[in-house]
Amino acid sequence: MVKAEVEAAVRAVPDPELQVLSIGELGMLREVSVDDDGNAVVTVTPTYLGCPALELIKADVAAAARAAGAADVEVVVSMSPPWTTDWLSETARAKLADAGIAPPGRLSLPLLQPGCPRCAFPDTTELASAGAAACMALRLCPGCGEPFEHLKAH
Amino acid sequence: MTALFDYLLGLGDDALVAAQRTAEWCARAPQLEEEVALANVALDQLGQARAFLTYAGDLEGAGRDEDALAFLRDEHEFRNVQLVELPNGDFATTVAKTLLLATYQNLLYTRLSRAAEPRLAGIAAKAAKESAFHVSYASVWTVRLGDGTPLSHRRMRDAVEEVWPYTHELFEPWAAPEAGLDPAALRGPWLEVVDRVLGEATLARPRDGWAATGGREGRHTEWFGPLLAEMQYVHRAHVGARW
Repeated sequence: MVKAEVEAAVRAVPDPELQVLSIGELGMLREVSVDDDGNAVVTVTPTYLGCPALELIKADVAAAARAAGAADVEVVVSMSPPWTTDWLSETARAKLADAGIAPPGRLSLPLLQPGCPRCAFPDTTELASAGAAACMALRLCPGCGEPFEHLKAH
Repeated sequence: MTALFDYLLGLGDDALVAAQRTAEWCARAPQLEEEVALANVALDQLGQARAFLTYAGDLEGAGRDEDALAFLRDEHEFRNVQLVELPNGDFATTVAKTLLLATYQNLLYTRLSRAAEPRLAGIAAKAAKESAFHVSYASVWTVRLGDGTPLSHRRMRDAVEEVWPYTHELFEPWAAPEAGLDPAALRGPWLEVVDRVLGEATLARPRDGWAATGGREGRHTEWFGPLLAEMQYVHRAHVGARW
């Protein structure tokens, strides 16, 4: 079944900026369809409009789909509905924490202060509201003395 | 050309010129964290500009893509407000410009996310979330500088006073029917947010007086030409070049 293989292959394409995560785990993959001739249409949603890695992601997705048996591949970029951190899978959250980035809270729940992803110290302080990305805050853990990034829920 | 095309140019040009101007802080910001933060604000603006200009080009149907619209139009063809072309000044001036623009953009995008035109609504919904971070970033700095030392208070106050006359243009009558909104209706909610931040920053709202105008019709300040020249010359010097 080509569709299942294509879907598994594109789901596993690593994000160029956060290599520990796949676009599937990030929730960027919206839809995969394959017609009877093996032509695939893959719909992805960027995490933000200015994403400079989008061209690379499109190329990687097309290559992965072809390698999995797709005859022709069209990668469609959809902005709507907009990506949200709520689409991050549980695996993605665990991997972010392993990479030293405090994962975001759930938008539907009260916002909690993130604990330190390294030593789990609960009471951390914000150093800068915007870090490596506007949605990434820089925080300091008084427990282990290390700074860490926090992906803010949005 | 349709009113929607013109409207998309305005949205795209506001974001594009704000991106170009804000990016001038790269390698010049007071500290590394602020440089990265401002670069990311600029990158968000650039992403919004790309989405709006691509949409405008598709709608026009004359084969102009985002690059043609960004790099091959001349000064009088740009539809951005003059606020975004003002020089960066000191850090406080940039904070003031970012606060006043992002607050407007956030309110505008939030309303446009309910527009009947699905492509416009989709871009706006995404952009609204991004501009919320810009508002929060600029608010934190406005309060920190305004409610800081006598020197930082004075410079933050001067910055808000200096750019205030350029904010009126944001609320001038200018919108496509597809947008379904009157820009003037945004000023009340905009003042509410701005007043709250200025209040916390121990700053008074400047009095309304002289108001800059003309950007939406293609009349720009003396600072706009040099900005465009820097932004466009590589594209024009190497016609058709590809990465």
